[in-house]
Amino acid sequence: MGLESEIPVLTTSVEKMVQWARRSSIWPVTFGLACCAIEMMAMSCSRYDIARFGAEVFRGSPRQSDLMIVAGRLSRKMAPALRRIYDQMPEPKWVISMGACASIGGVFDNYALVQGVDQIVPVDVYVPGCPPRPESLIYGIVQLQRKIAQQKLA
Amino acid sequence: MDPEALVASLQDAVPGARIERAPSLDRQTTIYVSRDEAPAVLRALRTRPDLAFTFLAELTAVDLWPRAPRFELVYVLVAIAHRLRLRVKVRLRGDDAHVATASREWPAANWLEREVWDLFGIVFDGHPDPRRLLMPEDWEGYPLRKDYPVQIQLKPRAEEALQMTVEEFRANVAKDRLSREQ
Repeated sequence: MGLESEIPVLTTSVEKMVQWARRSSIWPVTFGLACCAIEMMAMSCSRYDIARFGAEVFRGSPRQSDLMIVAGRLSRKMAPALRRIYDQMPEPKWVISMGACASIGGVFDNYALVQGVDQIVPVDVYVPGCPPRPESLIYGIVQLQRKIAQQKLA
Repeated sequence: MDPEALVASLQDAVPGARIERAPSLDRQTTIYVSRDEAPAVLRALRTRPDLAFTFLAELTAVDLWPRAPRFELVYVLVAIAHRLRLRVKVRLRGDDAHVATASREWPAANWLEREVWDLFGIVFDGHPDPRRLLMPEDWEGYPLRKDYPVQIQLKPRAEEALQMTVEEFRANVAKDRLSREQ
């Protein structure tokens, strides 16, 4: 709040400022595993337009990203690669598990697939659906923003 | 060329081989050959000008467990010049599942045989590159076998992140720069 009405200055705490900056510019990594990725692309395109929530900058490199949307079923062969991409992302970083397959294995209850990516990476938000509609994923991102807004700095 | 003429021509190319006609629902010419005679028969199919099956369209296997013999190897061959298709089957016993590679006749057999080995555990003798194709390289078992479990309780494997000291990192960077300059 401004101390003096004439001076264009806002006062706040560093923590609030950082939380605001982090939640308003989530950069997801360009990473899709299966059909959920199609909905993820739809979400980022003009019809649903995730840019309204400041999370539209999909980066081709995990080094520049702070959100990983695990969009699709994760095979056991892919699991080390997913973990490596997660490890390459700089802190702070968040993970959204998108859809039934990423969350619990979905219909693929078999030997070849990881039954839930939370066995590989820590998940912040689970988005249900098969696949989730873009609105659901947007809701998941908004939930993640609320979570980021509550994260303490130290 | 009708199926009888095809089999007769093949019999002429490989005298002594036991070539067994089999019925098929789709009326595609289907023959069975024994494992030991399969290499000679396949080579004749590929090389003889009146057969000239130059295209290996598919190579796969069927697990008929618990029937015996357990496996049937299926080669689907196409002779583009003669507009012919032929299905060649080889019966394999479960305790002795190996057969000579066809990758010298058809280079396409290389990956197809890797896939069959990966999923059925059928060994291809003399294969130039016998590695798994679809499953992870350290996978145990052969998933498309009928006695393989659908669900397995197994912790998914994901390596820890690569850790190195600052000195090791600098040495790697220097080594990389040297190799680029050369």
